[in-house]
Amino acid sequence: MKQDGIAGARQPAVGALAAVPGSVGRGAGEGAAAPGASGPAAPAPAPSAHGDGEFHHHHTHAADTRHPGRHHLLTVQNLTVAFDMYDADAPFFRALRRRQEVVRDLTVSVHTGEILAVVGASGAGKTVLADCIMGRFASNEEVSGEIWFDGELMDASGLERLRGRGISLVPQSVTHLDPLMRVGAQVRGAARGETRSARAADARRRAERQRALFADYGLAPEVADLYPHQLSGGMARRILLMCALMDEPRLLLADEPTPGLDLDLAVRALGDLRRFADTGGGVLLITHDIELALRVADRVAIVRAGTVVEETARESFEDPSLLRDPYTRALWHAMPKHGFQVGAPTGDGDRPACGPQGAGEDAAGANR
Amino acid sequence: MALEATDITFGYPGARPLFEGVALSVAAGERVALSAPSGFGKTTLCRILSGYIEPQTGSVFVDGRPLPRRGARPVQLLWQHPEQAFDPRLRMARSLAEAGEVGGERCRALRERFGVREAWLSRLPHELSGGELMRCCMVRALMVGPRYLVADEATAMLDAITQAELWRALLEDVDREDMGLVMVSHSPSLVEHVATRTVCLDARS
Repeated sequence: MKQDGIAGARQPAVGALAAVPGSVGRGAGEGAAAPGASGPAAPAPAPSAHGDGEFHHHHTHAADTRHPGRHHLLTVQNLTVAFDMYDADAPFFRALRRRQEVVRDLTVSVHTGEILAVVGASGAGKTVLADCIMGRFASNEEVSGEIWFDGELMDASGLERLRGRGISLVPQSVTHLDPLMRVGAQVRGAARGETRSARAADARRRAERQRALFADYGLAPEVADLYPHQLSGGMARRILLMCALMDEPRLLLADEPTPGLDLDLAVRALGDLRRFADTGGGVLLITHDIELALRVADRVAIVRAGTVVEETARESFEDPSLLRDPYTRALWHAMPKHGFQVGAPTGDGDRPACGPQGAGEDAAGANR
Repeated sequence: MALEATDITFGYPGARPLFEGVALSVAAGERVALSAPSGFGKTTLCRILSGYIEPQTGSVFVDGRPLPRRGARPVQLLWQHPEQAFDPRLRMARSLAEAGEVGGERCRALRERFGVREAWLSRLPHELSGGELMRCCMVRALMVGPRYLVADEATAMLDAITQAELWRALLEDVDREDMGLVMVSHSPSLVEHVATRTVCLDARS
């Protein structure tokens, strides 16, 4: 095993896309090509042992990275996202259009049974990444790279089909709940089916699943009849999680699930994610709070200016000498328990060095 | 010389009181962290301490005097949502002008220390990011020359490096001016690093 592997290094060629273990028997690359994808994928060989090679499949891991599951649930490879937008600093009516790159050559992967924390300052491109995985693209967005889910190469419509059915989002704030709808009905969602009887059967299944979820996550059955404003913060957060779990997703995408929660609620919310991962699901936890991320995540990917600067095991954060990237080390030193040291490379999330202006979420938000 | 709250009771209309008979004293130069179970009403208490809400019973005294109803407040609040702390229709320079002369020496020095750029002054709040707005919030709060600061999860939305940068600058001012600080944070290590004393508030006190 190479000890000085570079976590950020990636295999360059798209054609080198080889084995995704999950693709065995499913035919990797069967799905239509993702935007910008090219070249057929090779047939998948047998899954190789994970964790004993720094470089495996078509992506890299840090030498010290281990993940409990073997199966790649989600692989985002060389994702680049740019927005075609007007120059924000130019005077009115004289602004020229320009291409603003907010995510650059980003590669992350999530395996079954693990939580991958994607940590970065606001504006680093985390939310754009989440939108891409959910298949939400803006009309002025230019996307290249590949997203694989469960061994299949996805395109935009494939990701859209998976939305809520294979990949679910746990949103940031409880304001995502409908204030005028009882929470039980919100968790159950709309029954689907071609015929009336199919819809009725689906509604029964959903009611049953809702009751099971309530029992599972320790909410009394009566809670289903309450409205969101009658819930405490912790209960509302569980309701959000249950909404995401209703259709038995394989991957949860949690976008900043903890701000506004005090420590015990945040820890409980993260504990719920851990439980989901321990039952074989995968979790992509997007957050800026590295302290909380380190409580539950198996691996941590540090994102800066739209790209992963370092992907490493949680344990590496116990000792800064295990961290390779200067920005990650700066982050480590800036943590309150390590003395608030502000080092040389400032992680000025406000204006990340991404493109000429630094854009990230701000630029993306301005375009939606 | 202290920020003193005595026998504070508060409840929102139609609900039972959040807390009753809360007493708190923060001396000048002291940094106090408030710790309470979730749902206690820490944010409400912070708003009472800084004069945004009147308590139903009890009162808040600043250095022996009641909180003034008009003019610059001696207790300034920094709260979790900087995007809600500015009038959305006012450019940053107008918002900062509420606290003093924007072109003045004090403002310039603070802006430099907190990294508030000249260009931001002509922008509207929605054109700035959360971190940028929090920098502006801190400058505006300190321009008044407050005696006490209340920081309610002020940096919860920021990444570790920006958080460290802002707390360093803030604590420098707090120490130099011998201000008292009341803080609420979900992060035990932040509390441990910043606070000199932790006050535990029990449910309904």
